[in-house]
Amino acid sequence: MKKRKFGLAMSVVLAAGTMLAACGSDKANEKEPADKPATGNEGEKSEFSIAMVTDVGGIDDKSFNQSAWTGVKEFGEEQSWEKGEGGYDYLQSTDPADYTTNLNNLARRDFNLIFGVGFLMEDAIADIAAQQKDTEFAIIDGVVDAPNVTSVLFKEQEGGFLAGVAAALMTKSDKIGFIGGMDIPVIERFEAGFLEGVKAVKPEIKVDAKYTGAFDKAELGKAEANRMYSSGVDIIFHAAGGTGNGVFSEAKERKQADKDAYVWVIGVDSDQYEEGKVGDDNITLTSMLKRVDVAVKDIAKLAMEGNFPGGETKVYGLQDNGVSLADSRGAIPQDVLDQIDEFAQKIADGEVEVPEFVEKKK
Amino acid sequence: MVMNIMSNRMINILVPVISIILGLIVGAIVMLVSGYSPVTGYIALWNGIFGDSYAIGETIRQISPYILAGLAVAFAFRTGLFNIGVEGQLIVGWFAAAYVGMAFELPKIIHLPLALLAAAAAGALWGFIPGILRATLKVHEVIVTIMMNYIALHVVNALIKTLSGGGFKLERIHQSASLRSDFLSNLTDFSTLHYGIFVALAMVVVMWFILEKTKTGFELKSVGFNDHASRYAGMSVNKNIVLAMVISGAFAGLGGAMEALGTFGNMSSMGGFTGIGFDGIAVALLGANTPLGVIFGATLFGSLKYGANNMPNAAGIPVEIVSIIIALVIFFVACGYIIRIGLVRLRKNKEAK
Repeated sequence: MKKRKFGLAMSVVLAAGTMLAACGSDKANEKEPADKPATGNEGEKSEFSIAMVTDVGGIDDKSFNQSAWTGVKEFGEEQSWEKGEGGYDYLQSTDPADYTTNLNNLARRDFNLIFGVGFLMEDAIADIAAQQKDTEFAIIDGVVDAPNVTSVLFKEQEGGFLAGVAAALMTKSDKIGFIGGMDIPVIERFEAGFLEGVKAVKPEIKVDAKYTGAFDKAELGKAEANRMYSSGVDIIFHAAGGTGNGVFSEAKERKQADKDAYVWVIGVDSDQYEEGKVGDDNITLTSMLKRVDVAVKDIAKLAMEGNFPGGETKVYGLQDNGVSLADSRGAIPQDVLDQIDEFAQKIADGEVEVPEFVEKKK
Repeated sequence: MVMNIMSNRMINILVPVISIILGLIVGAIVMLVSGYSPVTGYIALWNGIFGDSYAIGETIRQISPYILAGLAVAFAFRTGLFNIGVEGQLIVGWFAAAYVGMAFELPKIIHLPLALLAAAAAGALWGFIPGILRATLKVHEVIVTIMMNYIALHVVNALIKTLSGGGFKLERIHQSASLRSDFLSNLTDFSTLHYGIFVALAMVVVMWFILEKTKTGFELKSVGFNDHASRYAGMSVNKNIVLAMVISGAFAGLGGAMEALGTFGNMSSMGGFTGIGFDGIAVALLGANTPLGVIFGATLFGSLKYGANNMPNAAGIPVEIVSIIIALVIFFVACGYIIRIGLVRLRKNKEAK
């Protein structure tokens, strides 16, 4: 009896399974031809199309992935393209193994220019660019040497320098903190510039610089910020992506507990003013903007005009509007802003050269 | 008696199948509620897994480490140990293979096996430590293995930084240590499919052989069933616990070698865990901790994981929703495990009457 029941259930399930499977393959076959004209239509929509692949940070990381997408989207909207085939689109990676797949999928959908965001994508871009020779690629924050790849770098150190100047001029305790994500060359440029900026104003200040080892661990950022603020640090510059959100929550908690607490955070990559709101107060001093969107639009424009800088490395600094400080919305007084502008001018003129690397003291 | 065996087997087959279908149905509801077409979504998933030779190649590539992670968890389970440290063992294995692959220049016939062995040895070492602590000091292996994961992650990151002179990734391995091949690549339209799948399948046979055909395997299983009885029967429980963790770690280390020698060809410093080791727990459970079962579990996991990439690509479904759908399938599989226990118990009760 039991056997029969199980047999019955089994056959029902199997039947369902076959039906589903059949369903799947039928539709799959139907879809193939449906897919083809879509790619054929592309020519009518526009001659040119762009797409991007995020790294594991995701499209809404409030950092450089999001900034890159802003660039792609704005460029697409300026050309009045639509999101999707033959216009502009993105794919998110949830795992480093997804990079090649996502890049390949976009190349197969005939996007002309594909941005890979993040240094971790270097190898994947190198591989796919060698296979998809007719597609143009650009890598943000990394360098790939291939004729159909443009490498995009930023002078983070110049923006970091200005953030350092701002911090040194604004600190009351003469203690300043830096919290980095992973200890990698890109983040080191932020740190190097920041240290240099602080030194330019107040050489006696020793910056408390720590790396948390991750870009997605807010709790680590919070713990580190807690330690720094407790030791008397009053301004922390973070270059740690999602980990930096913990720095903001720590500072906000302190502000909430004591309205007169003098704690500040300097945001990174995009304007993080919104992150720092505590009631009517705000603990975001300013943000060091890394204008990935500017670079993306610039490269896309060049490529569309047929001047794709393949094989080249483009470096965006203060001069090219690639890095800058965000509007402080009154947090920084005008006389300090003037001094910051002075330094910015000096950097732009080449009078001050900001090092890329942190001097090793050990 | 015969009937009982039959229904046992039926439960074994029925439970996962029903769980997956239930998961897919609930996933469809989620897509409907969020305004996406489940039909398009599942077609994209299907095509993402089996759509063309490239997809199939990538799916198989994704399955290989899952098989090994699943074997690692399952092997420890059979000896009554819960190895949560597969993730860490996989990471040290990945590093060992990548290091041997890039640091030496040897003929392929020596280099590739050496890199694989290094990975297995590193994983085994990482399994040995919790094993010996459990055996001698009765420190629970769950706690130790979890902590060993973090140690592995940060030690390896530090080593990568040192070896690369302050950089964030190791150099690419030499061709002579690579599991990749032009043949497989061309066969699957430039996918990253590599020979690792054969290594993984070979290990399935190895695990089956150890457990079913050797005295050691009998002892290991016996300790898993009842360590007191095993001790009474004259077996060394401690020795078997250490051995089980070492072999389990070796499987996991080989899983790391799949990534080092096949998929990536090097190792970059990591901000977090790969997740393969943790998924290995579910793979092993789904496969009822048997070697053959692990293949099915890994196939399901690998296919879903890889195929899911195509859902945002072809159907425009956001990654977040895709993650929910995949998690639902896994959730129902986990529930299936509970259902299975319930079913078995129900039947036993009836028999008692």
